[in-house]
Amino acid sequence: MADETLDASGLNCPLPILKTKKALSKMSAGQILEVISTDAGSVKDIEAFCNQTGNKLISNVEDGGKFVFTIEKV
Amino acid sequence: MSDKDDNKMTIIATKGTFDWAFPPFIIASTGVAMDKEVTIFFTFYGLNLLLKDTSKLRVSPLGNPGMPMKMPFGPKWLQKINFGPKIPNILWSIPGTEALVTWLMKKTMAKHGVAKLEDLRDMCQEFDVKFIACEMTVELFGFNKEDFIDGVEFAGAASYFDEAATGDHHLYM
Repeated sequence: MADETLDASGLNCPLPILKTKKALSKMSAGQILEVISTDAGSVKDIEAFCNQTGNKLISNVEDGGKFVFTIEKV
Repeated sequence: MSDKDDNKMTIIATKGTFDWAFPPFIIASTGVAMDKEVTIFFTFYGLNLLLKDTSKLRVSPLGNPGMPMKMPFGPKWLQKINFGPKIPNILWSIPGTEALVTWLMKKTMAKHGVAKLEDLRDMCQEFDVKFIACEMTVELFGFNKEDFIDGVEFAGAASYFDEAATGDHHLYM
């Protein structure tokens, strides 16, 4: 179960990344953020974001045109 | 060289049209979101991107054959047509066409959930992107420093090199 949920539906690059960053900065290490996006580019981008920032991408599920990412803050 | 310095990135922003205002702010805001330390050096027409009032920024369809021109509203068949190659370039010299095309581009961006220019710029500042305005071109073009947003530093090319001395990621836009 996520500690926080960010609905970035309808937003395009780079907004889902910027909002993810903002949401994570308010959370503490070990907490789970769920990000919902409709931007197909965010599949690669959230992965790249996690690669670079060290946050852990736990799962990445597509659900009827929506992409749901589960990220653990480091 | 510390790790932090290795993580540094600079952008030289030189273009002052509405469309080209986006790339520097998109790359810079994404860079800082990904833990980079980013500086944008605004010079020549790029200075326009620092104005408090960005409503005068325009996209020019004149001599811009790469720009797709599709209607952001209306029936589906109409939205599919790319008018760009169909309209003779000479028509874009008619007064008012720039404003019209800029308005249509803003509509298209809003429809696609692209951030507004001011919002991207605000986010850059919120994430501590450093904005440097080229002092020489501010004077050359007679800009008033009061017309720029707060938080802008004024300096010259040497200061850019000081910023770019470390890091391995430097872009010219």
